[in-house]
Formats: sequence, C-alpha cells, structure tokens
Amino acid sequence: MSLSVLMLVRVRNLFAVIVLFGIYSFLMATVLVALDAVDVAMTEAAVGAGVSTVLLLGALHLCKGEEAKSIHRPWLPLAVAVSTGVVLIYGTMGLPDFGDPQAPIHQHVVTRYLQNEVEVPNVVTAVLASFRGYDTLGETTVVFTAGAGIIALLRRRKKAADAGKDDR
Amino acid sequence: MKNDLVLRVVGKLLIPFILLFALYVQFHGDYGPGGGFQAGVILAAGMVFYALIFGVDNARRVMSDWLAETMLAAGVLIYAGVGLAGLLLGGNFLDYFVLDHDPVHGQHRGIFWVELGVAITVSGVMMKIFYMFASRGDANGEPEQ
Repeated sequence: MSLSVLMLVRVRNLFAVIVLFGIYSFLMATVLVALDAVDVAMTEAAVGAGVSTVLLLGALHLCKGEEAKSIHRPWLPLAVAVSTGVVLIYGTMGLPDFGDPQAPIHQHVVTRYLQNEVEVPNVVTAVLASFRGYDTLGETTVVFTAGAGIIALLRRRKKAADAGKDDR
Repeated sequence: MKNDLVLRVVGKLLIPFILLFALYVQFHGDYGPGGGFQAGVILAAGMVFYALIFGVDNARRVMSDWLAETMLAAGVLIYAGVGLAGLLLGGNFLDYFVLDHDPVHGQHRGIFWVELGVAITVSGVMMKIFYMFASRGDANGEPEQ
C-alpha cells in the first residue's frame, strides 16, 4: 500500500496515477475488511476503485495525459502536510487500544444501538437508516447537490460554447 | 472499444449479474453488508460498464438523461417523503415506529424506503456525472432533448 502511495507521488503520467488510485482503493478496502468494517470496505471498493476511476478516466479524456511541472517549489505545502501528519499521529497515541471494550466510544450510545430495538440484523444499516436517519438524509442531499452542481456547471458551459459559435 | 469481441461477450455475460448483485446488495442490506449507497454505485457501475463497451448512445437508450435527472431528485424526495409520512401518521420527522401497527415492522418499512431513496439518488447522480463527462469529449455534446 505504501509502495503504491510512493509511486503515486513519483509518477507524472496521469493515466498511471488513476490506475494507482484504483489499486490503492482496493488495498484500502482489504484493510477495512481486516478491520471488520465490511460495509465501508464495500463502499470503498465500489466507489473508490470502481466508479471514481471511471469518472477520472473520463475527465482525463478531456485534458492532457501528463502532469504539468509546478512553478513553485512545494516546500511550504510539504511542511504543512508533514506537520499535520505528525500531529495526527501524535493524536492517535492518546486513543484507546483497538477493540478495547472499556473505550469511551463503547460506553456511550453504542450499547443502545446494540440492543437493537429495530431488530434489523445488520447493525450498520440500523444505525445508518434509523438511528441516524437525519444524517443519511443530509448525505443523500449532498449527493443530490453534487449531481445538480455538475449539471449546472457543465451544461451552462456547453450552451456558452454554442453561443460563441453563433457569434462567429 | 465497440468492436472488441471479447469485451462484448464478457460484458453481455456479466452485466446482468452486476445489476442483480446491485439489487441483492440493496434488499439484503438489512441482513448483510450493503445498503443504498453501495447498491446505487454498483448499479451505476454496471451501466457505465455497458456504456463503455456498447457506446454512450446505446446506454442513453436504456437510461436516458431525463431518467437520470429524475432519479437524482426522486431519491431525495422518497427519503423526505418517508419522513413526512412519519409526521402525518402522528410521529416525529423520520420516525419509522408509526409507519405500521407493529413498531418493528414500521422500522423495517421505513428503512426499506429510505435505502431505496438513497440508491435511486446515488445511481442517478453517478450516471448523470458519467454522461456529462462522456459527452463533453464529443463535438456534438449532449443531445438536445
């Protein structure tokens, strides 16, 4: 996995970058399966490796295949990224151990979720659609907004291009 | 890729199973991993696969732009409609317990419709985005409706 990330940084051909993104997503999905988060792994495999790869390839079809050389030296962004990463890793040291039953997250509402008063065998679905129905409504609205935004952006440009043709 | 025999045959074999798997993921989401988001994406992936092999124009005949745009909005409306149904039946917004005489059945019914709404919106959005990008490469652009 880290190999594919290093390759991602080095490679300048955008086609290879997209393929590496797909590989990375599949590896991420296997990691999530290993963490017993099968629902998330499925989403990662379907969205990250499947559809987004196709959409990126579609976008690549419209632009040049090589990454442009950056004008600036990327030292400041690199420093920001590295320091943020260091802070995040430092933060993980304060977290309870993985799967620790005494962890605060397992003491709060999770016990009620697991009593499962909605009697849906997959607790993830119960939490997603029932206990946190508002969240999921918001997420669906976000997806809808993304689609509407894409329609608004791309369609207007097409009409503008047509108008340009008419002017000439 | 339209004339690649291997792709056409494999595509014809696989696409029905991809769509069937999407339905399985959708309606088996209560019992196993899966749900609306995953099912919608898998459905859209099957359609994109079809569009890549047989051409975008053929895919538009199966799922037109109009249908994709309608799905985009219909899913959110179904989801919000479940919430409003809860309100009308005397509960809170998105309260599924009141949707049936038996509260647990009401929950199952609510989750079913909510997940269906999510799947419809997600697959509609994915298809629409794909069509938008795919049709920008052509000189013609999006066909007039």
